[in-house]
Amino acid sequence: MSGPEGRQAHVVLRGVTRFYDGAAGTPRVHALGPLDLDLWRGQLFSVVGPSGCGKSTLLELIAGLSRATEGEIVFEGRSIKGQVPDGIGLVFQEDASLPWLTVWDNVAFGLRRRGAPAGEIRRRVDDALRLMGLRDFATAYPAQLSGGMRQRVCIARTLVLQPRLILLDEPFGALDQQTRLLMGDEVLRLWRETGATIFLITHAIDEATMLSDRVGVMSARPGRFLEVVETGWPRDRDSRIAGHGDFGKLTAHIWSLLREESLKALGYGPAFQ
Amino acid sequence: MVLRAAVLGGGVLLLEILCRLGVIPRFTMIPPTAMAAGLVALLRTGSLNRDLFATFTAVATAVGSSVVVGVLAGMVVHAVPRVRRVLDPLFATYYAIPIWAFYPLFIVLFGLNEIPKIVIAFLYSVVAVIVNTLNGLDRVPRVLLKMARAYRMGPLATGTTVVLPSAAPFIITGVKLAIAYSLIGVISSEFILASRGVGYRLSFAYLGFDNVTLYALILLLLVCVTTINQVVYAWEQTLLRRWGRR
Repeated sequence: MSGPEGRQAHVVLRGVTRFYDGAAGTPRVHALGPLDLDLWRGQLFSVVGPSGCGKSTLLELIAGLSRATEGEIVFEGRSIKGQVPDGIGLVFQEDASLPWLTVWDNVAFGLRRRGAPAGEIRRRVDDALRLMGLRDFATAYPAQLSGGMRQRVCIARTLVLQPRLILLDEPFGALDQQTRLLMGDEVLRLWRETGATIFLITHAIDEATMLSDRVGVMSARPGRFLEVVETGWPRDRDSRIAGHGDFGKLTAHIWSLLREESLKALGYGPAFQ
Repeated sequence: MVLRAAVLGGGVLLLEILCRLGVIPRFTMIPPTAMAAGLVALLRTGSLNRDLFATFTAVATAVGSSVVVGVLAGMVVHAVPRVRRVLDPLFATYYAIPIWAFYPLFIVLFGLNEIPKIVIAFLYSVVAVIVNTLNGLDRVPRVLLKMARAYRMGPLATGTTVVLPSAAPFIITGVKLAIAYSLIGVISSEFILASRGVGYRLSFAYLGFDNVTLYALILLLLVCVTTINQVVYAWEQTLLRRWGRR
């Protein structure tokens, strides 16, 4: 499927809706949708929205970790039906490194699961460690690393499988601001080098604006896209784009869309708006 | 470590002095050096070999079976919350049951051989393994389970490569308890009724007022248990350091 300017749709969402069963005696919860979205191949797409709007639910649906109640999600022309398809890599907000394995073995985990030959595992793991600046820490255990480095281990573990679509669920949420900016630069560099499509969930408007080609702004629950904002940034960019004249305008525009929704999510009425 | 050795050494020295001065009557306790000399003499005769083999084979069998059964049972109970709700009160009160009271019943059922004492030791230790396995499984981070699903791992692969290693520090605590409880189970069973084993020899020395043999055997058990415990403790510490919990 092709879109404007010959862009190719990598992931297509049509009428995607998610309900959760309520507790005994309570009605079911409408968490998300209906959502329509075309995720262009090779783009970096971010999603921002108020707390509880269903951002992570959306990511889990695209990943195949859960199933949409209604609608369809298509990845590379195939419908996703509750199982993670080949070619999708996930990085979670929480530290998902395996504490009993060294950094090297953590990164090799997925390749070993797939039964890749030893030589190929060695080559690809070494490449991923070099790419993520972890070569000197190959024999360290995750507990010996900082939070940012552990997250880099998780990213390396995802990259080593050469995914065509990388889903990042608030991967820098637990990191300090400086580390987050630097990790953002890392993501941009990896995005350029791998050519993968990236779908990033974040609660930080500046991070979404800085990193993305497009930012999907979601409403309070049930989460829907209020607007998809095109940033128009060049592909060769880094965190210094925050000094660009349009950066402030874009973040202000996204916040103007989000403010009312965030108040709703916090339970404030119109008097506060 | 130095402080621990100093406290232990000081205690032994104090006991030695009190025994040598007659403050503690020789009929009650012998000096630690006499215990050590008695143990060396006993080991030299070779008469203890058959008993040591019987006791430690029974302990090893009980520990091995309780760890295998306990971990598997823990995984099953964890996977079925309804079963856990039924069994939780039993686990909480289990050690109030005087298990060795069933020893005569097991002798009637299995005969006067190794099986009854292994069964007693197993019953002593298996619940400690189950409870610690459940504790470990409760603490497996949800994100690791999500990660396993992201790698399209089935229940068996998830269990063996993610869940069990993640719960390992707690399972090791269960193993440590299983070793202690199994030893208590085997020695106390042999003490009550057996034809061989360290517990049997202890009982024989106790009833014959043979303090040298009695304390030599107690010292032997102390040395063996401390050594085993230190090995498991070192293993546990290595894991915990990797986990970043120490």
